[in-house]
Amino acid sequence: MKVVVVDYGSGNLRSVAKAFERAAQESGLAVDVLVSEDPGDVRAADRLVLPGVGAYGECRRGIDAIPGLREALETFAIRQARPFLGICVGMQLMADTGVEHGTHQGFGWIGGQVSSLTPADPALKIPHMGWNELDFCRSHPVLEGLRLAPPPHAYFVHSYAMSVTNRDDLVATADYGGPVTAMIARDNLIGTQFHPEKSQAFGLGLIAGFLKWKP
Amino acid sequence: MLKARIIPCLDVKDGRVVKGASFVNLRDAGDPVELARLYDAAGADELCFLDITASHENRGTLLDVVARTAECCFMPLTVGGGVRTIEDVRNLLLAGADKVAVNTAAVKNPEFIREAARKFGSQCIVVAVDAKRDGKQSAIRSGSGANRTRWEIFTHGGREPTGLDAIDFARRMAELGAGEILLTSMDQDGQKTGFDLALTRAIADAVPIPVIASGGVGTLEHMVEGVRDGHASAVLAASIFHFGEFSIEETKAYMRAAGIPVRVEEEKMQ
Repeated sequence: MKVVVVDYGSGNLRSVAKAFERAAQESGLAVDVLVSEDPGDVRAADRLVLPGVGAYGECRRGIDAIPGLREALETFAIRQARPFLGICVGMQLMADTGVEHGTHQGFGWIGGQVSSLTPADPALKIPHMGWNELDFCRSHPVLEGLRLAPPPHAYFVHSYAMSVTNRDDLVATADYGGPVTAMIARDNLIGTQFHPEKSQAFGLGLIAGFLKWKP
Repeated sequence: MLKARIIPCLDVKDGRVVKGASFVNLRDAGDPVELARLYDAAGADELCFLDITASHENRGTLLDVVARTAECCFMPLTVGGGVRTIEDVRNLLLAGADKVAVNTAAVKNPEFIREAARKFGSQCIVVAVDAKRDGKQSAIRSGSGANRTRWEIFTHGGREPTGLDAIDFARRMAELGAGEILLTSMDQDGQKTGFDLALTRAIADAVPIPVIASGGVGTLEHMVEGVRDGHASAVLAASIFHFGEFSIEETKAYMRAAGIPVRVEEEKMQ
């Protein structure tokens, strides 16, 4: 199986790649992990991972700056409906729009908006940084075999959050002065606001679930 | 609910851990990668490497250590020490660091923080603030008199005074895009008598970003105080962990019993 971690100049790509290698090894899966910006590699992938850190508009520009990448992502995730995981801003990019230093178009794959976190309690720090519990609204095949109660912890670091238009797309939230979208899914697409590659055993378990998933 | 983070910190020199560690079953106490693996397994919430290598020429060694740590640790890793250029930040992130701590360069050229945050995102730019109580008041340690106390920041590993006020500086760093402040009290560092709580609270209450309290931990009660009284989002310690005085698990159990929300995965609890 070939997993491509999309490199568009954003993110802790090495951490992501290493976590996929470890998760594959622990579950006895033969997986090649490739970090690449080449649309050809994206087309040839069996599983696609879109990481992303930093500002929404910067990430979007980073993708658009690589000729053919946007189209290759769309073909993979929508037309061919193959397994796709977006992490952090990589998840947020699946939304319709992101409002961060201006309004930016997302991919529009999963209806929703990305806007700044405004917790009800002004004493809460921004970014939302650290380990928070995941409250699951529903199950999902990539979570199979993972213990979801009591709530597992995942590592978050973000100042902007996605709100989904259709509540069925929401898999989990985290409480930070109110519910914050933590995981979304629709058809062959999943996205996590948290960083599975930095979430120790739970994160590696989720990655293994993604590798085994047959949407 | 977001949990208070417990962060062991390793001082690394020329690729080796100094201020050694005394764990049982440790094959090589000087190997940062092995220590990182142990802390990862023990459920540390993050890990911090501070490179105290004197010369910039040995940078490759640090990058190698970071890369080997990223191979085996699946928790956030912050690396600091001698970060001066955008290229330094990039190299550390590419090697596998999740966050980079900047000290001297942030004082010399605050715009560096803006530039780094814009390039890599605020989430990975930590400003390390080394603060010392103003000379005349150094003997005073009162929580309530916090607003009359002044702390000065130092650079170059605490050797160079700057004349800058720590609270103003921390505010400015947050405005420029720093994602977190790693705050070390130079008065308390190594004393094992607890954090400078007035300093910690003054900074934590002044900035909208998370503050990691550092310097002075000798007991588990000090860790509790850092969060409860200092308003820190995370507490960092070195020697109490390295010398096996307390394990991560004991620390978390103690803090939890004191009412501080910490991450304890249930299978680790007995």
